[in-house]
Amino acid sequence: MDQLLINVLNGVSAGLLLFMLSSGLTLIFSMMGVLNFAHASFYMLGAYFAYSLARAVGFWPALVLAPLLVGVLGALFERTALRRVHKFGHVPELLITFGLSFVILELVKLVWGLSSMNFPPPELLQGPAFTVMQSDAHGLGLAWGAAPADRCTSTADAVMHCSTFPATRFFMMVMALFMLVSLWLLLTRTRIGLVIQAALTHPEAVEALGHNVPRVFMLVFGSGCALAALAGVIGGVTFVTEPSMATIVGSIIFVVVVVGGMGSLAGAFVASILIGLLQTLPLTVDKSLVHLAGNLGWAVAPGDLAYPLMKITLAQAAPILPYLLLVLILIFRPKGLLGTREG
Amino acid sequence: MGRTLETRPHYHFKPWNVGRWVLWGLFAVVLTVAPLLWSSGFALTMLSQMGIAIIACLAYNILLGQGGMLSFGHAVYTGLGSFLAIHTLNMVADGRLALPVSLIPLAGAAGGLFFAALLGYVTTKKAGTTFAMITLGIGELVWSMSLMIPEFFGGEGGISGNRVVGAPVLGISFGPQLQVYYLIAVYCFISTALMFALTRTPLGRMLNAVRDNPERVEFVGYNTQRVRYIAFMISGLFSGIAGGLAAINFELVTAEVVGAGRSGAYLLFVFLGGATFFFGPIIGAVLMVVALVLLSELTQAWLLYLGLVFVFMVMYAPGGISSLIMMNLRVAAFGKLRPLLGSYLALVGTAATILVGAGAMIEMVYHLQLNEALGPELQFMGATLNARGFDSWFGAGFVLLVGVSLFELVRRQFARQWGITQEEIEREIKRREAAL
Repeated sequence: MDQLLINVLNGVSAGLLLFMLSSGLTLIFSMMGVLNFAHASFYMLGAYFAYSLARAVGFWPALVLAPLLVGVLGALFERTALRRVHKFGHVPELLITFGLSFVILELVKLVWGLSSMNFPPPELLQGPAFTVMQSDAHGLGLAWGAAPADRCTSTADAVMHCSTFPATRFFMMVMALFMLVSLWLLLTRTRIGLVIQAALTHPEAVEALGHNVPRVFMLVFGSGCALAALAGVIGGVTFVTEPSMATIVGSIIFVVVVVGGMGSLAGAFVASILIGLLQTLPLTVDKSLVHLAGNLGWAVAPGDLAYPLMKITLAQAAPILPYLLLVLILIFRPKGLLGTREG
Repeated sequence: MGRTLETRPHYHFKPWNVGRWVLWGLFAVVLTVAPLLWSSGFALTMLSQMGIAIIACLAYNILLGQGGMLSFGHAVYTGLGSFLAIHTLNMVADGRLALPVSLIPLAGAAGGLFFAALLGYVTTKKAGTTFAMITLGIGELVWSMSLMIPEFFGGEGGISGNRVVGAPVLGISFGPQLQVYYLIAVYCFISTALMFALTRTPLGRMLNAVRDNPERVEFVGYNTQRVRYIAFMISGLFSGIAGGLAAINFELVTAEVVGAGRSGAYLLFVFLGGATFFFGPIIGAVLMVVALVLLSELTQAWLLYLGLVFVFMVMYAPGGISSLIMMNLRVAAFGKLRPLLGSYLALVGTAATILVGAGAMIEMVYHLQLNEALGPELQFMGATLNARGFDSWFGAGFVLLVGVSLFELVRRQFARQWGITQEEIEREIKRREAAL
């Protein structure tokens, strides 16, 4: 029970990290029609910048500085390169960000090398955030930080068991929720948010009212990249900071955007959580279709034709589940979970 | 299409297209003669790979150039074609199947077609950017599957085979690389001709229409999704041929052939070659093999150079190399190329200066990053650079700076000159039209 709870929390935190990434991607896409292929590269750049900055000024300033820096770079890219190909159409826009992802990956390898970085979380985020305690005597309990040892060791009269939830993951959830709320407030309650919302649907009218729409685009692109970088800083300390970190999340966030519905922020949120859970929960299930068939009274032996496919356990199949979900969604609900546009 | 031609009152005279026959004849001659000119083993393997890459890139361009479908997962179809071909080859070797080796690429084609029909049904539901994302997802799906099913994909080591099976037909055993090359060349020529023929069929024209204006195509009564689906399957078929040839050529197929890296390479080089003209992907394919084989030997930073070239190409010449060639051919046809030659020379010279400066800096950083143990000295274009020394960095930076400023000067001059030339050509065309 306690383990299941922790697994669900792990899944939700992974999903929230995905949302931090896909929200920027969705925002950029719905606004400019540009699918930023290099979004995951900005995520990686955030992690690497934070790694270098953390060594100079400490983790907490780096948490702020690295996203800002990446945001400026993103805005610069929009200003110099993306705006220029805008007139050629959407495919060249996608292509130039594809090229950029190549260049960023190679530059990262060039500057920081091929091996993974030693990027530890700061003092405050080391260790567990809280511990879920389960015992026959007390039922389910919760303690902040590490639990006292006597609650976790089984005694003669009660079986006790503890599971911890890492502080970095907890921090990830807090940051993502904070970001979600502030993004929502920014878009609905501020003047610039209203301009952005208006520019989503009626760029010409907004321009006629005297707003600088290209500058709004630049701002949105920069902020989207900054959000990705913020996710990168947190992802960097939680997972591993290495050159392959962009490709690991890169294709998943595209799945999130398609599953949630192109350009729908709420859809991106739902899909992120769903895919986060889908990636995490099956990892603990070490059963395959062979077991299922066995329970139903159909024994599959290693010699059978279907055996190679059926012997794959759910844990092994976990990496492909998001993509299978993508295919299913496309067959049964082509506009995505919460999407509105067809096409 | 046919009806509009008939309702036109006259002009039935259709001259024999000499230029086209000459071009195709030249293509056949080049394919035949190339291995005789470059007969070393290394050149032969490169030529074989080029032949395969030409089919794959042209097949990819049915999607990208002719259908406007940007696919990030094209290696799935070439790769799965390769796997089916190598399995077929092994079945032939075991005696479970009687099939000459020269027809095994057709097994790859069947594989490519089958998987394109299966997966394309999902991917072609959408167009544009959504299509791109779905192909990426499908690509990842197949790539992950390839690691999960070692029975079919052979796991880490891949699946190997032996192409020399059965009795030689007419003395051809496919043992020597030269015989394999000619097999590839024959397939390459036929596939290229068929794919070119496709662009002249109503289906090919509808595909272009779907690319340019899907809404209007829907109004005319065509189902855009079906047109995309059929084109996708045709592309899968030819990709499968390329995959099958690759299986015979290398006699080894690893899971890497369905990976995202391979798909990215197809996209990159087809674009560099030029997706807007039929022959663009052929240039791209040749470049791809040259880059993958030669450039990667030359420098470790080749992917960086490639990425930069790609980004600049998208920004300044979205039609790729073939469009640059065609634009200059137009200028030449109007006899105005000669005044531009000086500018071209200056452009190339200054660009080379930039390359030397930037290249030296990039190579020094790479050297520091990867070959630290060998000491700070490295060889770059015959000069010895000290990656830890100030003078090397200063020199490289100086060369780069001079190159960039000169290039900018020349570029401005060239842009002005080019604009004037284009205007003159436009005027000339108008004048000729008026004279008719």
